[in-house]
Amino acid sequence: MFVQNTHIIRRQIAGLLHEVADPEIPVVSIVDLGMVLDIRPENGHWRIDLAPTYSGCPAIDVIPFLVKARLEEAGLTDTHIEMEISPPWSTDWISEEGNEKLHAYGIAPPNGKASDQEYEGKPRSCPQCGSTETEMISRYGATPCKASYKCLSCLEPFEYFKCF
Amino acid sequence: MEAKIKYLLHLADNPLILGQRLGEWCGHGPVLEQDIALTNISLDLIGQARLLYQYIASVSGQKTNEDELAMLRYENEYLNLLLVEQANKNFGHTIMRQFMYDAFNLLQYEMLTHHQDTQLNAIAVKSLKEIKYHYRYSSEWVIRLGDGTEESHAKMQEAMNELWRYTGEMFKMAAYETELLKSGEGIDISLLETEWNQRVAAVAQQAGLKLPQGEVMLYGGKEGKHTEQMGYILTELQYMQRTYPQMTW
Ligand SMILES: [Zn+2]
Repeated sequence: MFVQNTHIIRRQIAGLLHEVADPEIPVVSIVDLGMVLDIRPENGHWRIDLAPTYSGCPAIDVIPFLVKARLEEAGLTDTHIEMEISPPWSTDWISEEGNEKLHAYGIAPPNGKASDQEYEGKPRSCPQCGSTETEMISRYGATPCKASYKCLSCLEPFEYFKCF
Repeated sequence: MEAKIKYLLHLADNPLILGQRLGEWCGHGPVLEQDIALTNISLDLIGQARLLYQYIASVSGQKTNEDELAMLRYENEYLNLLLVEQANKNFGHTIMRQFMYDAFNLLQYEMLTHHQDTQLNAIAVKSLKEIKYHYRYSSEWVIRLGDGTEESHAKMQEAMNELWRYTGEMFKMAAYETELLKSGEGIDISLLETEWNQRVAAVAQQAGLKLPQGEVMLYGGKEGKHTEQMGYILTELQYMQRTYPQMTW
């Protein structure tokens, strides 16, 4: 592998990973969610380190498979994907763009830094109407990463991506 | 090494069995939100168990894997607490079981985040984030139901009285734990009892529940001696692997 090529290939892989959507929330990519930790050449192949979100997230087995498939499609067959649990994934790693996509999709993004607070925070506003008057319905939503809320202004239910 | 494997199995079997119990609520919760809350906690627990089984498979020196460890052992080889195998009754009973376990698990995992074994340490740090949230959920519900209607209060008190006998085991060192502690690779779980009691008493007080007194404690799960409930849960858990060995999705 030529040194001058590694930068180009790394950028190519990073670009392809941007196209791998989260299976549970398909509007955001695994890059938006901050799951991609490292991309590097190692022993003649490309190694990609990913951070699993919640331990029990059903997407945990699907994501490496999707990543491998996307890279193979682009002709990158010699890849090795590892799930790294340390340090543990945090919503602080979700990009600004990721948060905007969540909001546009109707999920209130994490409000605040998980590292700053012991609690999961509260949605800044209703993703439907923008009202700040919201109320929690349940600590859990359709997936462990979200809580169920309702808006007291437009009365629509919505999900909040908890600070974690 | 044998003591270490047993200890890791004990740590893994707790979330596996409790996760399986909570999974039984799928489609049967009192309201949709709580149905999915219990099953989301179940997912977290099974995910945590998987991390531990994967680790055990990698250090056991045997040709095994997480599925075999979870699905193909005999009852006396499972080392989970008696508390987590107890059958579901009503929602309040499930919440009480969860709360008693979460209060313990939170303290236990806080200790494990200082463990010298780096992989166990990493698993503990990752799991603790989830466990803290489970505790918040279950303790809130104990208060809401205990301090709720006459009926919900009565059910919570009954659940507390019934499950109390399984809580002593959490703080009793199994032989493998004592061995690890002696060789400097273990934690002293008996140290957690006072703090667990304080936490539980504080929540019980808010919930208007009376702590049982002088209850005879039952032991054995950590050594593979289980209650009648365990056979039923394993039958369901292991059915597919026993019927179609090596099956995959
Ligand atoms: Zn609204």
